[in-house]
Amino acid sequence: MFPTYDVIVVGAGHAGCEAAVAAANMGSKVMLATMNMNTIAQMSCNPAMGGVAKGQIVREIDALCGYSGIVTDHTMVQFRMLNRSKGPAMWSPRAQSDRMQFAARWRSMLEANPNIDFWQEMIVGLVVKDGIVKGVRTGIGLEIPARSVVLTNGTFLNGVIHIGEKQFGGGRAGERAATGITEQLVELGFESGRMKTGTPPRIDGRSLDWDAMEVQPGDEVPGKFSYTDTPTPKRQLPCHIAYTSQEVHDILRTGFDRSPMFNGRIRGLGPRYCPSIEDKIDRFADRDRHQLFVEPEGWDTCEIYVNGFSSSLPEDVQYKALRQVRGFENMKMFRPGYAIEYDFFPPTQLKISLETHLVKNLFFAGQINGTTGYEEAGSQGLIAGINAHLAVQEEEPFVVRRSEGYIGVLIDDLVNKGTKEPYRMFTSRAEYRILLRQDNADLRLTPLAQKLGMAGSDERMQRVEAKNDAAEHIEKVLRDLSVEPGQVNGLLEEKGSSPINQKVKLHGILLRPQISMEDLRTAIPQVAELLSGYEQEFVDLAETNMKYEGYIRREQEMVDKMNRLEEVHLHEDFNYQQLASLSKEAREKLSRMKPRTIGQASRISGVSPADISVLLVHVGR
Amino acid sequence: MAYSALDLRDTIVALATPPGVGAIGVIRLSGPKAIEIVNGVFPGKDLLQQKSHTVHFGTIRGEGERIIDEVLVTLFVAPTSYTGENVVEVSCHGSNYIIQELIRLFIKKGARLAQAGEFTLRAFLNGRMDLSQAEAVADLIASDSERSHDLALQQMRGGISQEIAELRQQLIDFASLIELELDFAEEDVEFANRGELRVLVEKIQRLIRQLLDSFRLGNAIKQGVTTVIAGRPNAGKSTLLNALLNEERAIVSEIAGTTRDTIEEVLNIDGVLFRIVDTAGIRDAQDQIEAIGVEKTLEKVRQSSLLIYVFDVIRTSPEEVRTDLDRLIHSNVYPVVVANKMDLNPYTKREHYFPASEARFADLQWVPIVAKESMNIPHLKEVLYQAVLSEKVGSDETIISNARHFEALEKAYTSLTDVLNGMNQQITSDFIAMDIRRALSYLGEITGEVSTDDLLGNIFSRFCIGK
Repeated sequence: MFPTYDVIVVGAGHAGCEAAVAAANMGSKVMLATMNMNTIAQMSCNPAMGGVAKGQIVREIDALCGYSGIVTDHTMVQFRMLNRSKGPAMWSPRAQSDRMQFAARWRSMLEANPNIDFWQEMIVGLVVKDGIVKGVRTGIGLEIPARSVVLTNGTFLNGVIHIGEKQFGGGRAGERAATGITEQLVELGFESGRMKTGTPPRIDGRSLDWDAMEVQPGDEVPGKFSYTDTPTPKRQLPCHIAYTSQEVHDILRTGFDRSPMFNGRIRGLGPRYCPSIEDKIDRFADRDRHQLFVEPEGWDTCEIYVNGFSSSLPEDVQYKALRQVRGFENMKMFRPGYAIEYDFFPPTQLKISLETHLVKNLFFAGQINGTTGYEEAGSQGLIAGINAHLAVQEEEPFVVRRSEGYIGVLIDDLVNKGTKEPYRMFTSRAEYRILLRQDNADLRLTPLAQKLGMAGSDERMQRVEAKNDAAEHIEKVLRDLSVEPGQVNGLLEEKGSSPINQKVKLHGILLRPQISMEDLRTAIPQVAELLSGYEQEFVDLAETNMKYEGYIRREQEMVDKMNRLEEVHLHEDFNYQQLASLSKEAREKLSRMKPRTIGQASRISGVSPADISVLLVHVGR
Repeated sequence: MAYSALDLRDTIVALATPPGVGAIGVIRLSGPKAIEIVNGVFPGKDLLQQKSHTVHFGTIRGEGERIIDEVLVTLFVAPTSYTGENVVEVSCHGSNYIIQELIRLFIKKGARLAQAGEFTLRAFLNGRMDLSQAEAVADLIASDSERSHDLALQQMRGGISQEIAELRQQLIDFASLIELELDFAEEDVEFANRGELRVLVEKIQRLIRQLLDSFRLGNAIKQGVTTVIAGRPNAGKSTLLNALLNEERAIVSEIAGTTRDTIEEVLNIDGVLFRIVDTAGIRDAQDQIEAIGVEKTLEKVRQSSLLIYVFDVIRTSPEEVRTDLDRLIHSNVYPVVVANKMDLNPYTKREHYFPASEARFADLQWVPIVAKESMNIPHLKEVLYQAVLSEKVGSDETIISNARHFEALEKAYTSLTDVLNGMNQQITSDFIAMDIRRALSYLGEITGEVSTDDLLGNIFSRFCIGK
């Protein structure tokens, strides 16, 4: 009934969809298996993509020819560039999407790909022979043969949903949990753990008093995620901001004794940066209010997502408390928030390619690795899909370095340090933040996609080259072009910058903190003329390159220094046990995790700088 | 130091006490076979069965069961030893013959003679001490004065690590605030108050500055203060050196120009080391050898921190003294003027040589002596001692004495200046954060890295964030 697939992807969430697309676009024959074809690419939590650090990841996915950015661009109801008041590395695109359109667009893009087949059924096990994965087994007893498998099970593995004292099996509200895979993996020698996450209530927008809340509109000139020619939204929906109060907190506290968080029923560790509302008022008792973001679920629905009110308190407590929020007095609830516990596999059991150490050609991506977030999941799916394809072709794995992308930071952190709580990306996790900007993900990563032979990368590279050429040309002109005091002193005075008294190159003017390229464009006709031929993104790149040249160069120097360690390779069969001078913990961890380079070894927790010195001594440096 | 892969797995042996005849000698072995090797020549108790940190009395026998010495054997079983490996310390009688015999025996049984610093290197490689501690141990071994010893001990107990750790914690808090702004800008969080940040950065800079300033003293204590004795031929330079040292070291004669080469001696004044260089006299040299000597003198003065200028109160005119000093004094040298042969003209006054009109000499130290009689030499010593100590920050404060620490602190200081400049220019906080991270990483070179997990952990524990 089935051919032997190159890659079977189990699960069709953000990770699974990107994995399927990446492998298919590299030429693999892919089977995407999901329990329910109607829930492909669900936004299980809030209907938004991007945000600080996450927006950069979406752009990186796009630069590597993934689809998350394209799908978001086509389905967004609001776009905002966060952190615009900060430097360019902090600019972070974020979009609210229409939840239903988002899923539909993903499905149609997948269906448009002839290399992707679908199967709707629960996958209950893997076929593993001699330590190599050979396919999957379905609930009705079918075996689908494959050369590699990517598991992206999300919160479904032995998922248990908690609402107050009620608890029941489920992978998502209204969907059943998946069983069998954890048990088999543990039998194969994998270590598994439990994590917890939560989601807030969905409510009826028709029952809210919008005037009682602050409006948070989208950007006047909305941007987008994809570097391809996707559209920007013609119209947008606003979000709203509401606040909890002491009264709300008091009501919430009445449910604490029935909270599965506090009475110990939930044992999985939840994310500290995405706490439930009960967690917030418990841990930060001195705060008299917390912010709630009231987000629309789409163009054609009144369903509302109450961001900031994640809760597993009993539904009546959630209801009563929410009704105390200003603007929510007549609130009607569609469904209460809940907490969900699920199995994950500590990601230190993975190679940097996301292949498992224990079973060859078996890859993990997404929440199964202990992460949280669509963007984190999607990017892992993309890398796992690429590497599953490469593994089948018996080629070297594809690795994004920490200095090349947040995706590199994410995976490197996961496999080397592991995680105890659901892992979310922050810009502070990246040591080369100034280099990893949302505006240059294409410059950083699209050349790598082209090298991989990813479908569509040639066209993307043309734009990358045009962008680089444009930035270089603009910079060259501004370095050559001088202005008279009379041409710029008006502008300088207006911006509070000291005037000049002789001819100065424009480049020098632009370096002043108060002066932007837009200012020059407005004040100096030659600049306006120069820039008129280029799209804004190209001009922005030129400006960033010039204005922050010193910072960029300094970070690049640090990258070059670090990369020397990244280039010292360690053989997978290296016998660490023989190195008595390594600490016991280092010996044990290095033997188990088999880092590919000294650089990677240096980031394994428990491996000290002294251990690295020992390794360097042994590899002859 | 380059050690091959093989080296690190060897068992090494060395005399741990200073060479020479003492009451006892301690021979230390470290490495996987340390206990086995000693056990093989230590009849009686089976050392392999003994617990760590125990002392055993017995005899060590060489070839043909010949008793070499009665010894005490102390066992330290890995990893709870100085090096983190198995360590055995053999205390024997302090005769060179016995010590040589024992070391030869251990080498025959499979140990290898340790290279300089190898015990410490192993301790470092096995994670038994951090880098700054390891460096302090190396200093301790090399320390040859009491104060230097104290300084090394202080670093070993974590003195500098602790002070830096405190600074670093403040900086982490600071960095967390900025990171909070960057990663959670969308949320209802308090923002870092720029005024408070500035106060904090300046405070940290002041502390770093104090440590940096202590470097001169720290270095002086460790290395010895380079001190040069200069003066015209026959002014009594060598006699003065001998008076200071209480020994006949330089060749002293009445013939001018006897001291052709520079001679270096170490003078210990209350624990502060002075590396004193006696020089050929300054004059318009007649022959080539002397010309070279004079040039050497000037070069030595340029390299020194302290200058003792000696002149003969009978033969040298005030103008000549001032000419010499103008030639010798440079910005980094602390000059002490010593008027010698005061017995020949007891009425010599400072004002004769340095009238108020010559304002540039107003702050000079003036010490009248009679070198030949050692008259007023204790006062000269006091002046020299105070000259070094005047740099001192305070008696209980941490002193840094290590060039690597100095460099790291200086870079941290510069990065913090960048932070302040950035704030002045209203550069956005992501760039400020970059400079803070750099400062943190330089401080980390002394005490260990700060991971982003440290920052995030700090954020999560202090602030309510997350939607």
